[in-house]
Amino acid sequence: MSSTMISDFGATASRRSRSQTLRWTLIAIGAVALILAPFLAKNFTVFQFTLCITYAIAILGLNYLMGYAGQVSLGHGAFYAVGAYTAAILIKFAGVPYYLTLPAAAGLSFVIGLFIGLPALRLAGHYLALTTLALAIALPQLLRHDLLAPLTGGVQGIVISKPQPPFSLPFEGRYPLPFGMVFDFRLTADRWLYFFCLAIAVLTFILIIRLLRSRIGLALEALRDHPVAARSMGINLAYHKTVSFAISAMLTGMAGAMGAIVIQFVAPDSFTLLLSISLVVGSVFGGVTTIWGAVFGAMFVQFTPNIAGDISQSAPWAVYGFILIAAMFFMPDGVVGLFTRMRERFMSRRGARA
Amino acid sequence: MDMFLQQLASGIASGGIFASLALAFVMIYQSTHHINFAQGEMAMFSTFVAWSAVQAGVPYWGAFLIAVTFAFVVGVLIQRLIIQPLMKAPLLTHVVIFVGLLVIFNSLAGWFFGYTIRQFPSPFGSTLIPRNKFISSHEFGQILVVLVMLAVLFSFFRFTKLGLAMRAAAVNPDSSEFVGIRVGWMIALGWGLGGAIGAVSGIMVAPIVFLEPNMMGGILVYGFAGALLGGINNPWGAVAGGFIIGIIDTLAGAYLFGTELKLTVALILIVVILLVRPSGLFGRTIVERV
Repeated sequence: MSSTMISDFGATASRRSRSQTLRWTLIAIGAVALILAPFLAKNFTVFQFTLCITYAIAILGLNYLMGYAGQVSLGHGAFYAVGAYTAAILIKFAGVPYYLTLPAAAGLSFVIGLFIGLPALRLAGHYLALTTLALAIALPQLLRHDLLAPLTGGVQGIVISKPQPPFSLPFEGRYPLPFGMVFDFRLTADRWLYFFCLAIAVLTFILIIRLLRSRIGLALEALRDHPVAARSMGINLAYHKTVSFAISAMLTGMAGAMGAIVIQFVAPDSFTLLLSISLVVGSVFGGVTTIWGAVFGAMFVQFTPNIAGDISQSAPWAVYGFILIAAMFFMPDGVVGLFTRMRERFMSRRGARA
Repeated sequence: MDMFLQQLASGIASGGIFASLALAFVMIYQSTHHINFAQGEMAMFSTFVAWSAVQAGVPYWGAFLIAVTFAFVVGVLIQRLIIQPLMKAPLLTHVVIFVGLLVIFNSLAGWFFGYTIRQFPSPFGSTLIPRNKFISSHEFGQILVVLVMLAVLFSFFRFTKLGLAMRAAAVNPDSSEFVGIRVGWMIALGWGLGGAIGAVSGIMVAPIVFLEPNMMGGILVYGFAGALLGGINNPWGAVAGGFIIGIIDTLAGAYLFGTELKLTVALILIVVILLVRPSGLFGRTIVERV
């Protein structure tokens, strides 16, 4: 009995170390692909992927709130807008360098998130959904309003210039590859922005993963899954809910600032209810209680409307809707949930055979 | 004073629309605890059906009946085909399903009927009622239709066996199942009724806002707000909430902030009210046993 237990231990340990190696190999391959890909793609494709990265951060903020803190928000587009306008106004009127607008946008969104998070304490479920929905609907109206027009540019919005790459690469040039591909090894403005956003996204994801593994993350999960038990163990519900609302707003606001820099344009019509709803859709599509779901959700938000348009030109949004409902039927816990289930099935089958 | 009464009357009239949409929300919320975000688009689509019928030469009330029946059937079908299989899914899954339905109906309406803005007939005409210049005949007729609908619904739930079964299924699905009520079909019926009520509100509002695929966007938010303000678990509260929203919105637009910000102001007011009374003005506070 005891000997089988010991050998079992050895087996799991070696399996764990093998899965660790596999994991790091995958991460390394992914990293190389992310670094090389923009040199193989056209500027517009690079631009689309950069936007995708900003959406991933915005959706990460939403996952933090909805998946871990258990609060629903249908108005995160408003924080995205706050971040975007902060960046645009600082660049346009104060001449602040673009990279310094990110902390400003994050800070302002954090503070606004705190103020919205306080009343959110009293509201739960559908009521919180309505409050945040109201925020999303009200904000474009406010941005368009005459009183704020000198700052926000009214309906026309604000145009900012594209940041230029700060250095050029060694061995620059165009290197032809087989199959008609070209390795265009030059740091264009689009590619620079891609790497800039990618670096920030990687940092943000690592930070949030660490945060969720810390006692704060554990407290949040306890509060989400069993509020009464968590409170009786001394976890401060009000504090955690308010602060997680603010952190979530901060992430989405920072993503908004990045989005404004990437698109070089902000206007009230870019931040309608559709944006907020797209973010929720992305969050649920990727898997709301996951970190990496945000990446898949961002891809869905960025690329599905185009795909739907290719399938049917006359009713693209109907196709989008059908894709969405089908996704909910076949992947009720999102893309990452589907992966997890497939891996578990694979593992258990292998375990049974061994 | 005349001006004020006129504004009040039109506030009550649009309140009637919000009230019926709020009631449609409650109808579905009662049985499944979900808020159907596609409610407005379903209403819009049914209104287009009524419009097509009128274009084809069907008399107004015939078209009205066709559209309401259509909305009822569509509501039942959606519940049976999409909502029932996902009954146990989490809240956010349903939110996304409803978003999907919303864009499908919106897009299909644009495809079938076009995005041009159309006039929609009113059976009541649009002249001001003589001797009483505060209210147009359409607004008056609209309030009347909403009141008749409320009376019919009240009698249905109060005096018929089916209405009683539906209420039972909403309050306690398990016990209802035991006494032989087919809870699944009661929920489907609730969806059908929700669709039909929504269709009535769409047909009534179309002569005012004109018919186009996006006509219900703002109205949906007001209906939602009305339902929550009055209390989402109380049909009468929801109706009252809808009327209150209509009046606040019209008066705030006319006297306080102008029409540009009236949606914002109305929403801020609602949020403030909800902060004071988190379960709505007339809602029950649900105490959960741990």
